[in-house]
Amino acid sequence: MKLGRWLSDHWVMGVGVLVLAYLFLPIAVVVGLSFNEPSSRLSYDFNKFTLDNWTNPCGPGDMCDAVVRSVQIGFIATVVATVLGTLMAFALVRHRFRGRGATNLLIFLPMATPEVVMGSSLLALFVAGGFPLGFWTVVIAHVMFCVSFVVVTVKARLSGLDSRLEEAAMDLYASEFQTFRKVTLPLVFPGIVAAALLAFSLSFDDFIITNFNSGTTVTFPMYVWGAAQRGIPPQVNVVGTAMFLIALLLVLGTSVRRRRAT
Amino acid sequence: MSVVGHLGTAVGPHETPPPPPRRGRRLLPYLLLLPGGLWLTIFFAVPAVQLAATSLYDPSGSLQDGYAMTWEFGNYADALSAYWPHFVRSLIYAGIATVLCLLLGYPLAYAIAQKATRFKNLMLVCVIAPFFTSFLVRTLAWKTILSDNGWVVGVLRDVGILGADGRLLATSAAVVLGLTYNFLPFMVLPLYASLDRLDGRLLEAASDLYASPLRAFAKVTLPLSMPGVVAGTLLTFIPAAGDYINAELLGTPNQYMIGNVIDSAFLVRLDYPQAAALSFILMAAILAMVFVYVKRAGTDEVL
Amino acid sequence: MADKGDLRLVNLTKRFGVFTAVDDLSLTIPQGGFFALLGASGCGKTTTLRMVAGLEEPTSGKVLLGGSDISRLRPYKRPVNTVFQSYALFPHLDVFENVAFGLRRRGVGDIRAQVERMLALVQLEGYGKRRPAQLSGGQQQRVALARALINHPRVLLLDEPLGALDLKLRRQMQIELKRIQTEVGLTFVHVTHDQEEAMTMADTVAVMNAGRIEQLGAPAELYEFPSTPFVANFLGQSNLLAGEVSGRSGQDILVSAYGSRFSVPAGRCRAVDGDVYLGVRPEKLHLAPNSDSVPAGHQWVTGVVSDSSYVGVSTQYLVRTPWGTEISAFASNAGVLAQVPVGAQVVAYWRPDHAFLLSRQAGAGDATQPLLEPVP
Repeated sequence: MKLGRWLSDHWVMGVGVLVLAYLFLPIAVVVGLSFNEPSSRLSYDFNKFTLDNWTNPCGPGDMCDAVVRSVQIGFIATVVATVLGTLMAFALVRHRFRGRGATNLLIFLPMATPEVVMGSSLLALFVAGGFPLGFWTVVIAHVMFCVSFVVVTVKARLSGLDSRLEEAAMDLYASEFQTFRKVTLPLVFPGIVAAALLAFSLSFDDFIITNFNSGTTVTFPMYVWGAAQRGIPPQVNVVGTAMFLIALLLVLGTSVRRRRAT
Repeated sequence: MSVVGHLGTAVGPHETPPPPPRRGRRLLPYLLLLPGGLWLTIFFAVPAVQLAATSLYDPSGSLQDGYAMTWEFGNYADALSAYWPHFVRSLIYAGIATVLCLLLGYPLAYAIAQKATRFKNLMLVCVIAPFFTSFLVRTLAWKTILSDNGWVVGVLRDVGILGADGRLLATSAAVVLGLTYNFLPFMVLPLYASLDRLDGRLLEAASDLYASPLRAFAKVTLPLSMPGVVAGTLLTFIPAAGDYINAELLGTPNQYMIGNVIDSAFLVRLDYPQAAALSFILMAAILAMVFVYVKRAGTDEVL
Repeated sequence: MADKGDLRLVNLTKRFGVFTAVDDLSLTIPQGGFFALLGASGCGKTTTLRMVAGLEEPTSGKVLLGGSDISRLRPYKRPVNTVFQSYALFPHLDVFENVAFGLRRRGVGDIRAQVERMLALVQLEGYGKRRPAQLSGGQQQRVALARALINHPRVLLLDEPLGALDLKLRRQMQIELKRIQTEVGLTFVHVTHDQEEAMTMADTVAVMNAGRIEQLGAPAELYEFPSTPFVANFLGQSNLLAGEVSGRSGQDILVSAYGSRFSVPAGRCRAVDGDVYLGVRPEKLHLAPNSDSVPAGHQWVTGVVSDSSYVGVSTQYLVRTPWGTEISAFASNAGVLAQVPVGAQVVAYWRPDHAFLLSRQAGAGDATQPLLEPVP
């Protein structure tokens, strides 16, 4: 039977699309809620359509400050983590050295440790050392858990890089430094960019570790958490939607550019 | 966008393999590793050790008066006896969520890897896209979806799965659902990476050798995708076990997981030795389960 | 008087841990010729090439170019360029920039004109803006060649550059490369495992085995008069029959094998006493119905045809000798001879000076490589 055949050929894809829909459902809700005027502070239901949230995104006090704070922390943490992680990735892929096992363990353990444990232990360290909790302790914490992800991402890109390309460059009169600048770096760069984007999104979105180490500083996720008790202003969903759209544009932009380059 | 990009290399039929990495100047690798390694050591390894020490402090101390190191292994026993329900609950919730992620994620990963031809990249973007919205904002959206006045609950009540007063929010179901949702991409991506490498011709060969689609799946696809299954399971289970946001936002104190307990121990009750002990018990439980799982699944190369 | 551009390898050795890849290799490659380094995978030929290029440091020994010692120079300091096996074209640069790469690093002026001229030489005019990923295998290979040639190196090294191409394209490129080499007059050193390729393209061939050179010479010399069993069966195919030298007779060496006596002219002998191989190439073996039909002066063995393969250009026979060895005989299909059926009793004969005598290891039996590839 034709229908039966079609079903058996396509059921996997059907399930896959359903799961994707499931993944997108909350996003759709977030977008929808950004146009919502809630009936009360503590209500999570759809009430009335309004554009007020978008025209007045910084209405709730402190929210935009929190967003700015998150962006600042994210930016600094991304730069530092990307640099540190890229250096480590180069060492791991391109060089031989002792203590490779220990290094790998040090890099991969943070990815396998629950955030609760990492956040709390870092807090204990800061408290014991007498460091004031705030902006910089958050940055330090973010760099810490982002480095591992940067290493893994850059390492994947770097190990896919044929070392014979660098040999060819040297065969064609490029010194080690010139080879790095003209061949290695341009080819690894997409991996570094991907790692930086990953680090930024991990940092911006982090709550648990940030919560432990922020003192009185408020980042966007912390603002949302606090608001969840007091009542969520709908502008939170505006920020959520905006983040989603910006990131989506970035991703589509890079893949369009990549397709045009080939 | 592929987060882990890959440059293919064309290798000829009789080619000698590429030479090992050049032995550069002896000191260079150590210099490259130094900044990152130092950072991780100071801000990860040292705190971990410090935490271990804290778990053995005399619990009768406090932040103001300081703690005395009394090798108080009893802290562990006390913590366990007080909070073992939360531990068990965390492991159960994380376990169920992981299984659900596997059941949902495998077909999706398979569809993207083997069935999607033109839409592969688009679908991958769709898997990663939810990441872009703040984790907390997404989870709060579930409060709207599962709300008592919402469509989902309404349908379930009409159909009879839920009683007339039945709710989804503030129940274990909601927490597990939230966990499943939030960690699904962590399951899908490694599975996809593994399934993408599966050569479709192997399934053709199985079919040629009298295997039904189900048998071919069980005997060929599943075993070959095991590394992805292991990686995805670990990447899902480990953070899920330590999570407390879903429990806090979608559940009640009855659903609190060990993460909630540790959080309050550190930030509310300021009982550092107990909090540290709880953290390490959690770590130990996770590592033990991971170890057993990886051994049984037969792959030692997880990363 | 030292030639300005001769490439000399002096006692070159390369060890990787306990494994010796190149073993005390000494070689002189004259300037301006097309030299082939031929051998199976793992014989050390690529390692040798890499040592000349500077991508591998010798464990001991020297590389001299025109008298100056370049053994320890970095690759970018040597007037030597390589065409890599996988081409190693820079994927992020277009064809023009790939070819111009070496010129830019050296700060040479007037890049555009030189690149255009080189692209014309390899018949890729107008391809400057394309990316390597958009090119076919053959085109990529030509870009790799152009990229290396444009720098006018004293020596051009080619590491199995034709390996990834299909048969027809490979033949075409072999002719191309030979033409280009003749035109530019540079020294080409070509590393390959394909003996046909080496013989068609090179003026001089060195056969390598286990890190050492077994024989060096013009292709015809290597083919018609191999010096070791390895060379005899690596270049083309040979029937090697195990025997012992039993004496001399004037200008001939007498060999006894399997109860028969054979003679080989002294000038065709690599060994003159002890255990030897009597070697005859299959195309030099002719079949006759009986010993009466054998022309005067020819040597022969009897046998039974056990297999016959009609390949179009020729017919390849396997003849089982009385002592059990299957020897090969190729009969050219010139339309003169009739097909010999399987099972027929035959006599396989050869001209004495078509045979050669090689030294044999004690205890080694007959060596006749099975027919794996058709011989035109």
